[in-house]
Amino acid sequence: MTAVLEVRDVAKSFGGVHAVQGVSFDVHEGEILGIIGPNGSGKSTLFNCILGQLTPTRGEVRIDGKSVTGLRPSELNRLGISRTFQLLQVFPQLTVRENLILAGQEHQGSRLGRLFGARDAGLGAAADRMIDFFRLGHLARENAGGLSYGQQKLLDAAMAFMAGPRLVLLDEPAGGVNLTMLANLKERLQAINSETRATFVVIEHNMEFVMSLCSRIIVLAEGRIIAEGAPDAVRRDPLVIEAYLGH
Amino acid sequence: MTMPAKLAWPALAVVALVLILAPVDLTGVGIPYPGLKRYGTYIMTLWLVTAIAAMGVNLIVGYAGLETLAQAAFLGIGAYVTALMVKAGLPFGAAFAASGAAAFVVGIVLGFPALRVRKHYLAFVTLAFSVLAWLVFRNEQWLTGGVMGLTDINRPSLFGMSLRRHVNFYWFVLAITAVLTFVLWWIVRSPWGRAFTALRENPIRAESLGIDVRLYTLLAFAIGSAYGGLAGSLYAPLVEFIDPNPFALGPSLLFMLMVVVGGAGRFAGPFVGAAVAVLLPEWLRFAEGFYLLIYAVLVMVMMAFCPTGILGLLERLWAPRRRPFADQKASLLGEAKP
Repeated sequence: MTAVLEVRDVAKSFGGVHAVQGVSFDVHEGEILGIIGPNGSGKSTLFNCILGQLTPTRGEVRIDGKSVTGLRPSELNRLGISRTFQLLQVFPQLTVRENLILAGQEHQGSRLGRLFGARDAGLGAAADRMIDFFRLGHLARENAGGLSYGQQKLLDAAMAFMAGPRLVLLDEPAGGVNLTMLANLKERLQAINSETRATFVVIEHNMEFVMSLCSRIIVLAEGRIIAEGAPDAVRRDPLVIEAYLGH
Repeated sequence: MTMPAKLAWPALAVVALVLILAPVDLTGVGIPYPGLKRYGTYIMTLWLVTAIAAMGVNLIVGYAGLETLAQAAFLGIGAYVTALMVKAGLPFGAAFAASGAAAFVVGIVLGFPALRVRKHYLAFVTLAFSVLAWLVFRNEQWLTGGVMGLTDINRPSLFGMSLRRHVNFYWFVLAITAVLTFVLWWIVRSPWGRAFTALRENPIRAESLGIDVRLYTLLAFAIGSAYGGLAGSLYAPLVEFIDPNPFALGPSLLFMLMVVVGGAGRFAGPFVGAAVAVLLPEWLRFAEGFYLLIYAVLVMVMMAFCPTGILGLLERLWAPRRRPFADQKASLLGEAKP
């Protein structure tokens, strides 16, 4: 299987704090990889290094075999890599529909063409389909800032898929979401994965969610990978139980 | 201000008609309105010119969420470029385009610090530029005439018709204002406008969605500054004499005040803000020596009680009639707000 994402010996230090210490792994096409670990284990820093928000102290990130280390997030997005953030990152004063159009518009034609083209950048129908897909139809014309936390989380996830990405990195998508919405979110992610063969990397603390969604799990502790494998194997790993899951 | 779409066009048509007829004596057609006199027409023209410059500030501050305390400097760049070109015998059209282009280019240069700093740090960078530009206007006497300024800046002609009369020049400026307003309306309702809003609300998320935050930051500064330059190009023939004073830091602060008072990020905000800055002091002249005092108190009260500006206040008054749908749904679903 082709490796869509290759992370090679990535490290990131902030002064004397070594947040990520030489992490390497591959993610293959169509795979849903979970990354778990205690708070402060370097998961989000690793995401930020992969996605250009931070420059790694050392190491390399490759997409489809090509090095993308040091590229800016917008450049990576245009290569088909998308993400969600740990904390809510919607645009509160735009409507749900506008948020979704915004999430895809930079992939539509040239920049000058977008200035003179349609207001919705030709994405109105795609946004409506995404709204229906994530069951946000009754909120389409509401400002995102007026939505509940769970609804905003759904919108945040939907935005990550608007540009039809090949690789999506989801940072704690289940955080703060109630059980009904969580089931809805998982079902939607699985549906996208099976329909589009999009590749996901998911950071999550909700064990039920991550174990049932992902086909492979990586466990980080103190900036290093301490375990890797199928969900059941990881769940039984004594090192993981000791460092993260508890007895 | 949010207005139902079916009301927006008729309202716009009424506003346009009122503005076109403002200087016309209508008593001859049975309407008891004598029309604006020479000074009133001048003030209305000044309001339009000021509103154009304020629209630029609104793009930078209200839509893109950046800061600028340098719009008067761009007004000055436009005014001096136009004055020098017109006095050299070049056509006003060329001077107008050159003024906008010069401000656009300098606006890009001023935008570069915005790639590194934000908020009040950025405000201070633009403030320093404002002072620098004013010093150039004042000290480079060989070019700008220094404190003596440049005189005899002739008003242009349009298709052989002189715009020397105040009323003709008013209509000319009104037409240009209409075109520039349409252009900015087009920009802010296009995907570019959505990208500017994203820049204001969440630049990190915007970047992760493929929006080139650096480019849109520079574009916001360049377009907003170009509006300052174009306003300056109209200001010079309006007053027919320019010196460095209207392009100093104080007027730049006033442009920021206009945008905030009108309603930052609201399309009509600059027109309302410019009216408060240009027209309101004239309407308060009946109070003679107290008018500046009353004006200052009015602005302070307005800022204290409606920091979202006059249009924000009107939206608040309008809002209780339409309770947000999302809130109702949230309560039905038992969802808590974060």
